[in-house]
Amino acid sequence: MPETLTKFIFGRLTLESLPLHEPIVVATFIAVALGGLALLGAVTYFRLWGYLWREWFTSVDHKKIGIMYMVLGLVMLLRGFSDAIMMRLQQAIAFNGSEGYLNAHHYDQIFTAHGVIMIFFVAMPFVTGLMNFVVPLQIGARDVSFPFLNNFSFWMTVGGAVLVMASLFVGEFARTGWLAYPPLSGIGYSPDVGVDYYIWALQVAGVGTTLSGINLICTIIKMRAPGMTMMRMPVFTWTSLCTNVLIVASFPVLTAVLTLLALDRYVGTNFFTNDFGGNPMMYVNLIWIWGHPEVYILILPLFGVFSEVTSTFSGKRLFGYTSMVYATVVITILSYLVWLHHFFTMGSGASVNSFFGITTMIISIPTGAKMFNWLFTMYRGRIRFELPMMWTVAFMLTFVVGGMTGVLLAVPPADFVLHNSLFLIAHFHNVIIGGVLFGLFAGIAYWWPKAFGFKLDPFWGKVSFWCWVVGFWFAFMPLYILGLMGVTRRVRVFDDPSLQIWFVIAGFGAFLIALGILSFLIQIGVSIMRREQLRDTTGDPWDARTLEWATSSPPPAYNFAFTPVIRDNDAWWDMKKAGYKRPLSGFKPIHMPSNTGTGVVLAVFSVALGFGLIWYMWWLAALSFVCLIATAIGHTFNYHRDFDIPAAEVTQTEEARTTLLAAQGAGA
Amino acid sequence: MASTAITAGAEPVFHLEEEHAHAEGGSTMLGFWLYLMSDCLIFAMLFAAYGVLGGNYAAGPAPKDLFDLGLVAVNTTMLLLSSITYGFAMLTMDKGRVAATQGWLAVTMLFGLAFLSIELYEFAHLIHEGATPQRSAFLSSFFTLVGTHGLHVTFGIVWMVTLMVQVARHGLIEANRRRLMCLSMFWHFLDVVWIGVFTFVYLMGMLR
Repeated sequence: MPETLTKFIFGRLTLESLPLHEPIVVATFIAVALGGLALLGAVTYFRLWGYLWREWFTSVDHKKIGIMYMVLGLVMLLRGFSDAIMMRLQQAIAFNGSEGYLNAHHYDQIFTAHGVIMIFFVAMPFVTGLMNFVVPLQIGARDVSFPFLNNFSFWMTVGGAVLVMASLFVGEFARTGWLAYPPLSGIGYSPDVGVDYYIWALQVAGVGTTLSGINLICTIIKMRAPGMTMMRMPVFTWTSLCTNVLIVASFPVLTAVLTLLALDRYVGTNFFTNDFGGNPMMYVNLIWIWGHPEVYILILPLFGVFSEVTSTFSGKRLFGYTSMVYATVVITILSYLVWLHHFFTMGSGASVNSFFGITTMIISIPTGAKMFNWLFTMYRGRIRFELPMMWTVAFMLTFVVGGMTGVLLAVPPADFVLHNSLFLIAHFHNVIIGGVLFGLFAGIAYWWPKAFGFKLDPFWGKVSFWCWVVGFWFAFMPLYILGLMGVTRRVRVFDDPSLQIWFVIAGFGAFLIALGILSFLIQIGVSIMRREQLRDTTGDPWDARTLEWATSSPPPAYNFAFTPVIRDNDAWWDMKKAGYKRPLSGFKPIHMPSNTGTGVVLAVFSVALGFGLIWYMWWLAALSFVCLIATAIGHTFNYHRDFDIPAAEVTQTEEARTTLLAAQGAGA
Repeated sequence: MASTAITAGAEPVFHLEEEHAHAEGGSTMLGFWLYLMSDCLIFAMLFAAYGVLGGNYAAGPAPKDLFDLGLVAVNTTMLLLSSITYGFAMLTMDKGRVAATQGWLAVTMLFGLAFLSIELYEFAHLIHEGATPQRSAFLSSFFTLVGTHGLHVTFGIVWMVTLMVQVARHGLIEANRRRLMCLSMFWHFLDVVWIGVFTFVYLMGMLR
């Protein structure tokens, strides 16, 4: 009887589920636990819980939510990178009969977790955070279309991350690779909780991503300031629009395919099984119909960042604005017509492979057009090599190489040789690090002063920059060579000693990247300590061109005291040239959405639901599902979701800025 | 107040003097349409899965052995009638008649419940005959597609009850009208999806 009771309460969760036999995991757990306790203790000691809850966790302010997304991305980057450097170390030493230091069970979880975390919980939060922070400011809006939904989306993304992190210490993560292909991910070959963690983490986070996509599309379509026609939108807003269209048009596919996989695992259906008529290749097709647009979801906003940065730091209007917009739209459409190039070796036949090979190659045309637009923007510009511009130049040099190896892989006969080799690994890290990550660092350095009112320290930024760029080339060029020699991905031990040197070089590159990440963290710390010297009171530290630089840094909760009117696609540049004067009086009360804790509560229930499903604790799953629905319905009974910032408060905020600007003028 | 940067004549205007109010809920319809399209994509995937797997009987029963077109026709009628009655609810809402709106919503809900009951009866019957979702890929994709639609209808009914309570409390205020409009779109959307199910799963299944 007690046994059935424990089984009822804990499902398949037992003491054996805790990975106490894995010393590496135990040590990590102790470190994380101590660090976590120290953090919680500090927050309690400094009495910050109330502040964090009121001002941040329950905030519906798009700027604060954007910053929280960035914090999430940064924290998860540390986890994802730890996985990376563990793999590099393992592969560098597992030669000449050595088994390395990671057993197969652990190693397989690490490469899966690395991919899942880097895409879903590093790149996605970073990109979403940047869009959240910048887009409403760039279009002159007070907030997004659905501020509560924005908060909810963020917490669902956190919920997904929490489930992935929980898998490290309670149970295990999937050992299937980041896309969890069946039949390996089916219940027969993966009977443990790993794949279930994978499914529910992505389902919880996916809800957030889809809703945030809908939210930002509505914001861009409906909330633009008067005068900002579609063809006067800043390029970053354009690329964000296209990215969010891609999100809404692709994440439901992921939701559907993971649901089918979950049904196979939980109910015993036969979608992707080998028997009873199932078809595993359908999974591969469906997941890549989401997966390929996903990589463009990641890169497009960064193309926008590079456009803003290039024109600002060249002191010139962006070259070829219209072609830039059309190139973005063409990439958006084409990204749906190439998914099959991820599995040319499936054997679809020459005609199908040719079609997808050609569409893949065609994508390089609009991308190339963008590259030339950036170069022509720089041409005869007064280029200032500030940190964001340095990242942009590094991106151009690096990304072009990644793009060209992508075109090589788009040739089906070549792909038959290179499929699943380290050449592929080198290719997509080349475009994701060289494009997405470099772009994020450029964007962070560029918009940091807008978010916090002081610039980032340039010295440590440059240290981080050189470590990252040099580290990247050391880490991934050897993988191209290994790939051409036929080394496949996800291998734990090697027989051929002649390969070792390349893995050692790659490991050295990963070490340099570690220094780059460390310098980035030091840069943030140093900048916060030196914030008075780095202070920017103008709100426009880079002499920039788009609307977000027209307001103060950090912007007030309402962004703009008066709704701006736009005449040009470089709106702020136009205002500066036309001798724009800030209005000093006549402020009106401003209507704003109220904060709410409902998003946090819903996300907590979702995590509990996921956890219950993963461990077969059916009572927990049922209970949290009922609570989830009840909370959601309860929330709709609240009709008073906004308030007015009184005119007096707006006047006070704006006068403070007037004083600051006047002091600045007197000082200069 | 007049001393702001907006002045008459050739001076450019860079901001609006009056608060530029985006009407509350001004984005809701667009947002809900986008949500519906994302949901439509989920159904598209389930249709695609049925399209690929629908002929994989694994030596088990085929549509001809299982489907009772008469029952499905009655079921379809229930759902189509519920769409019409929801339309009547919206017409009375436009006239501001609270009681009539509530009445038509109640009728819609009854038709929805009838649809669900018939569907559950059909499922129970199939499972009783051994045609379970586990029996073959065809049945897996059949149950998932039809069941997902059924879950949506269930959710729509829960939503309808919620809205009826809210209309009873606050009347047909702007926020409630907007919500009823969203549910209306949701409900008709489910009707359109069902027409796809009826055609591609049931009718064409009988021709296989």
